[in-house]
Amino acid sequence: MAILTLTINGEQVSGKDDESLLSIAQQHGIKIPTLCHLEGLSDVGACRLCLVEVEGSPKLFPACTTKPKEGMVVSTDTERLRKYRRLIIEFLASEGNHQCSVCVVNGHCELQNQAYETGLTHVTVPYLYPKKTLDASHEHFIMDRNRCILCTRCVRVCHEVEGAHTWDLSGRGIACEIISDLNQPWGTSESCTSCGKCVLVCPTGAIIEKGEGVSEMEKKTDFLRYIVTARQKREWINVDSDEE
Amino acid sequence: MTVEELKELAEKELERQHQYKHRITYCSAAGCASCGGNAVRDTLAKTIKARNLEKDVEIAGTGCMGLCGEGPLVRIAEDGALYQRVDAGIAERIIDEHILQGKPVAENLVDTTNPFFSSQMKIVLENCGTMDSERIDDYIASGGYEALAKAVTEMQPAEVAEEVRRSGIRGRGGAGYPTGLKWGIVRKAQGEQKYVVCNADEGDPGAFMDRSVLEGDPHRVLEGMAIGGYAVGASVGFLYVRAEYPLAIERLRLAIKQAERLGLLGNRIFESDFNFRIDIRIGAGAFVCGEETALIRSIEGKRGRPRPRPPYPAEKGLWGAPTLINNVETFANIAPIIRRGSAWFAAIGTPKSTGTKVFALAGKIRNTGLIEVPMGIPLRKIIFDIGGGTPEGTTFKAAQTGGPSGGCIPAEALDLPVDYDSLATVGSIMGSGGLIVMDSTSNMVDVAKYFMEFCVDESCGKCVPCRVGTVHIHGLLEKISLGNGTTDDLALLEELCQMVKDTSLCGLGQSAPNPVLSTLRFFRNEYTELVRAPEGFVPAGTPNEQPLTR
Amino acid sequence: MMKPRVATAWLGGCSGCHMSFLDMDERLIELADKMDLVYSPIADIKKFPENVDVTLVEGAVANTENEELAHIIRRHSRIVVSFGDCAVTGNVTAMRNGLTVDAVLKRSYIELADLTPQIPRDYPTIAELMKQAKPLHEIIRVDAFIHGCPPTADSIWSAVSQLLEGKLPALSHVYLRYG
Repeated sequence: MAILTLTINGEQVSGKDDESLLSIAQQHGIKIPTLCHLEGLSDVGACRLCLVEVEGSPKLFPACTTKPKEGMVVSTDTERLRKYRRLIIEFLASEGNHQCSVCVVNGHCELQNQAYETGLTHVTVPYLYPKKTLDASHEHFIMDRNRCILCTRCVRVCHEVEGAHTWDLSGRGIACEIISDLNQPWGTSESCTSCGKCVLVCPTGAIIEKGEGVSEMEKKTDFLRYIVTARQKREWINVDSDEE
Repeated sequence: MTVEELKELAEKELERQHQYKHRITYCSAAGCASCGGNAVRDTLAKTIKARNLEKDVEIAGTGCMGLCGEGPLVRIAEDGALYQRVDAGIAERIIDEHILQGKPVAENLVDTTNPFFSSQMKIVLENCGTMDSERIDDYIASGGYEALAKAVTEMQPAEVAEEVRRSGIRGRGGAGYPTGLKWGIVRKAQGEQKYVVCNADEGDPGAFMDRSVLEGDPHRVLEGMAIGGYAVGASVGFLYVRAEYPLAIERLRLAIKQAERLGLLGNRIFESDFNFRIDIRIGAGAFVCGEETALIRSIEGKRGRPRPRPPYPAEKGLWGAPTLINNVETFANIAPIIRRGSAWFAAIGTPKSTGTKVFALAGKIRNTGLIEVPMGIPLRKIIFDIGGGTPEGTTFKAAQTGGPSGGCIPAEALDLPVDYDSLATVGSIMGSGGLIVMDSTSNMVDVAKYFMEFCVDESCGKCVPCRVGTVHIHGLLEKISLGNGTTDDLALLEELCQMVKDTSLCGLGQSAPNPVLSTLRFFRNEYTELVRAPEGFVPAGTPNEQPLTR
Repeated sequence: MMKPRVATAWLGGCSGCHMSFLDMDERLIELADKMDLVYSPIADIKKFPENVDVTLVEGAVANTENEELAHIIRRHSRIVVSFGDCAVTGNVTAMRNGLTVDAVLKRSYIELADLTPQIPRDYPTIAELMKQAKPLHEIIRVDAFIHGCPPTADSIWSAVSQLLEGKLPALSHVYLRYG
């Protein structure tokens, strides 16, 4: 492992060569928006919100999966990137059925927060109003595909952390959907352990607890850091106090 | 198998062939087979038997003869006569009149002095039309596996990679990455196990170059892969071929079996320490699996979705091991390069795009079919000399290369040399070799819409810009083509195209807007004619500048 | 000097945005001095007038009458503002979009009816539902957006004050709140 020096937004920073640009930026207090990334899960580079510019390349790079190079000059907040991020949020808003006013995570939703961050006053592309299903067959939880943004955090946490692999994807393109087991009602899944990890990591109101009203549900993902640190480093961190 | 034994096999096969006075070949590729080619084969065989000519006339099924629009095709080896639109009746007459009386059947004879034939240059397709696709002996008799023998017995792996680098060959899958450079990287990559993968997931609409090579000359691809394996230090190769190519799969399976039986694949190839085996993996019909990282995941048995690069497969590919992944046509060029030397290859084409390129001509063009031309040939020559121009009464409007990832090239650019860099200057790409011609009757907004629909269907859905952006771009094209679009929609269309191009995860999404962007660039009037100003249109900036109070 | 002519319109929405407008309370008196309200569901004016400076539009475009009015508003207004989440995103009004119009009518007028279940048809005065309810800017050009379900009185005050100063409202971050 080597320590590298690079420049992010004109600021000299240093990081390890096996860390992601995202991680290095975060350590230096530089905020890069993310949705599919979640500390403790593998990175897939799918939402494209964390794309950054690297000097000398016409391409954009996802900060979550890009490793630093010595002398790299990175920009995370250019006009072009801001425009693209806003369009990504517009795309996500348009491909689902997101009615914030009647959503249990209203006010605690990562998609909403990103919409505010990008200054999304309205969605310029037409809404697609897809026909999506809601699965309330599980005893405790609900999967509402209307609010799913296909970040696959649930798929990853279920496979990588819980080891159940209840969730996966079906279909392709705009028809992609999260399914449980062999595309059967969640309540009939034999692999699901009802651990609730997918509920907590879901950034929107797609996977929720039953019995919550509008704006009542706030998701906390710090449990993941606790588990992952315990597994990888055999350290038992106190996430509650850490969070403040 | 030793080098000497290989030579003996070649001589024996030539001797066998010389026993016959006549050799009739028929195209046994999917194109001709699908329009009555098998009946022609049966009639030829039956007639030869009936006329008691079995000792004098040999018939062989070969790879694609090129003039696919005029099939089934039959060729007489000794005089090179080529027959088109052969049916059972003509097949019988070919035996009775041409073979027995030396009088060609004039009505169905193709003029082989036509530029369609004379302007071509065949390396990849050199055996297509002459060699029996299903007999390894015939391949060996045409110099097959000599290159592998030379590489394994006379050259160091590094020399082989260097020879490929010096040939200047670039990836024939479309992007044009220098093949030798890739080989060098995989060769130097650390890893006990390395893999060679051949990408035969040809999926562009209207493209059938790879299929024709696999059907017509499967051993050439196997030999190229084995040479690649030797150069990079891999002992296992995977040939990833789409399920829609059953004939290619059948021929490949047969070819692998034949090569294994002769020890040309397997352990201790040419009595060296080099072991190499090839397995076939069949794709399940996803266009995105032609993208290398998705293809690799598919071979691994996972859902075929791309992942961000780097790391490139050359460093971390199949099961995390360094993996050499090349396209069918690239591998098909390797044996000739090794056999005849890099200097010979590098002298063909242009300095930065060496060798030849196979194209599948389709669309509004007289001679549809499969052609191979030297790189750098002007587009005009391909379309008008080889292709015979557009149909009677129409004029040329545009040529589309690179399929759904490529762009439309207008008439003004017809003198453009066809090479990687020149095509890029007009917003298109070389692509894998699909070449679709459009004439004055083609509507360019509809063309763009067609390709975008393809991308909507084929997007894997992993990254947001491609999954959703292609749907919106298609929706806008639909709206505009129906005459319901506004200038706002046109501006949004351009904005979305640029965004999807810049932000998508893999090549599919990054290139999906190309057909729209290039038609906007060269045929903008076809868009602007369809859109109107939006209602309540105020020139930009005015609401702020006029105070509300009066 | 003439005061700016302001209109408010109520399309497919619950009127909550207008209620929130009224929640500006004593500030309404201040507004009354600065503008003329020339059309509004809270004023008895039948026809949308000409030469309107600013129109606030609540609700999604849900039926043919909404659509017609939207076009009239655009033709006669210098600045059109989407007023509240239904106008901006479709919101609750658009939740029926995954269903057919017939299914929606059947549910509302037959299945949930207390008395005389009957789908109102063939009344020329009742506008037909559009296939889908749409946000206003998918139907006409919109110049500014006020968010919330409903928007808070403060965000409306901020937007309207800016509009009356002749500016397109650049709403500060605190007012950008969906839901």
